[in-house]
Amino acid sequence: MSTHTESMEVEDVVAYDEALTRFDPVLGLEVHVELNTATKMFCGCATGFGADPNTQVCPVCLGLPGALPVVNATAVESAIRIGLALNCQIADWCRFARKNYFYPDMPKNFQTSQYDEPIAFEGYLDVDLDDGTVFRVEIERAHMEEDTGKSTHIGGSTGRIHGAEFSLVDFNRAGIPLIEIVTKPITGAGERAPEVARAYVSALRDLLKALDVSDVKMEQGNVRCDANVSLRARVGDDPSAEEQLAVPLGTRTETKNVNSLRSVERAVRYEICRHAAVLDSGSSILQETRHWHEDTGVTTSGRPKSDADDYRYFPEPDLVPVAPTRERVEELRATLPEPPAERRKRLQSDWGYSDLEMRDVLNAGAIEVIEETVAAGATPAAARKWWMGDLARRANDAGTAVTELGVTPAHIAELDGLVRAGRLNDSMARQVMEGVLAGEGGPTQVVDARGLELVQDDGALEAAVDKVIAANPDVADKIRDGKVQAAGALIGQVMKEMRGQADAAKARELILGKLT
Amino acid sequence: MSALSRDDVAHVAMLARIQLTDEELDRLAGQLDQIVGWVGQINEVAADDVPPMSHPLPLTNVTRPDEVRPSLTAEQALAGAPASELDRFSVPRILDEG
Repeated sequence: MSTHTESMEVEDVVAYDEALTRFDPVLGLEVHVELNTATKMFCGCATGFGADPNTQVCPVCLGLPGALPVVNATAVESAIRIGLALNCQIADWCRFARKNYFYPDMPKNFQTSQYDEPIAFEGYLDVDLDDGTVFRVEIERAHMEEDTGKSTHIGGSTGRIHGAEFSLVDFNRAGIPLIEIVTKPITGAGERAPEVARAYVSALRDLLKALDVSDVKMEQGNVRCDANVSLRARVGDDPSAEEQLAVPLGTRTETKNVNSLRSVERAVRYEICRHAAVLDSGSSILQETRHWHEDTGVTTSGRPKSDADDYRYFPEPDLVPVAPTRERVEELRATLPEPPAERRKRLQSDWGYSDLEMRDVLNAGAIEVIEETVAAGATPAAARKWWMGDLARRANDAGTAVTELGVTPAHIAELDGLVRAGRLNDSMARQVMEGVLAGEGGPTQVVDARGLELVQDDGALEAAVDKVIAANPDVADKIRDGKVQAAGALIGQVMKEMRGQADAAKARELILGKLT
Repeated sequence: MSALSRDDVAHVAMLARIQLTDEELDRLAGQLDQIVGWVGQINEVAADDVPPMSHPLPLTNVTRPDEVRPSLTAEQALAGAPASELDRFSVPRILDEG
């Protein structure tokens, strides 16, 4: 096992399967979502990613004395829509609160958040697991708050907080609207707890994308997950049995900032194995935050929960309450998109894809482009064949997304139309696609420019068939004797004679018509 | 009965990063206890049907449209910073070692 770069000792872990024989894992997931509003939560500064440092800041988000916040109307609406999509109740009336603590990436020395009056509460999200079953994750609350600035630690070991001599802070991110979504304790998952954690974050990400309230790029930190894990004694074989649920919860740890789907699953799994080792040794779990290390796949101790976690919350005096009318809430409910899981089922049924085909499409993230292609007039089979086949390979080779190749859904629909109209065969369609990829224009333009049209002149095709039959009397005799599969050799020669620009099916028809 | 103990004041001072001498703690504990007592009188006149308020104005839903407004330049933003580098605020290292 590799050792960590900090002077942290690698802790003992128990094999996962063994841990599960004695313990029942319970999860709690907190997901922070950066909204995609044009401006920050409480001021009109832009929110674009990658701007020069401290160029999207103003007195409000820098916490300068006397600056007063004003709530972003769109951010509140996004919060309500997220709450509704999570089947939550929406507060009639709620306030912001100050969460007071000191950290240099938070210029006001408090974070404007919500405390005991979240905008949305008491909901659930149904999550599809790999085996096709659905697991319901109960949502405790979703509340509005603001992001912090970004620190770069200089000196010591590079980029790490330990050993840093000083830190440089960019406040462009400070004040970007965040929605924090908190689950209730997730029980009953048993050995599938790590998978449930990943599937939950994945489903949440899909939902947020469908709502168009966030860019949901985990690698850019738009969606960040804190994973709480605790173990309790296992009783019996059913993790959702009454007797198991009655066992008191163990002490939890909170692993912060797990920022990919794969890491969520790995971090939960690791903590289960580590907790089991601590408990097996007769020690107790220390309630603390943990840091996840992507490179080594372990968590290390952060800081213990302490008096410093007394945040002295109080209602924010500079902001008035948010009190969405029931009419407005219903208007927003009417804007909710079809839930992603239902949409997937509907599209799979509409398109006639097998479970395996649909899973491949989902994993490739090709569902939208295929939907657009079908809407543009292509058959679902052709849309899948192109986007998941030649184009996927091409994108993979180029290290780019399939949608960045310069081929549009309309191109595919046009090409498919030419094939179905009998004007192109499959190999010619591929050549046309090469032309489109090379920037020679749309399919029809490429067909014209390259002279790729199938020969529609039956006379020319018939002459070629006659010529090939005459040149191959042995083969022709075999076909006459009923060996129809021998026609393949003749079709190949006819296609060659026609320089590829013939309809192979029609050639076969003519050959068989003449010889049988 | 004292509403606010000397330990409470020391704790809040620690949370607020305010360093107090023993004499200051003695004096402030007494003063703050009196202040809390005065504010506590409100509880005597506010019946259960009077909800706590956080704002003197009967306003809700004061919002602004999601439209970008000009920000400061980095130079302006950093003008009051005790130290800066690479257009960023320079701050002492964040966690105490050991």
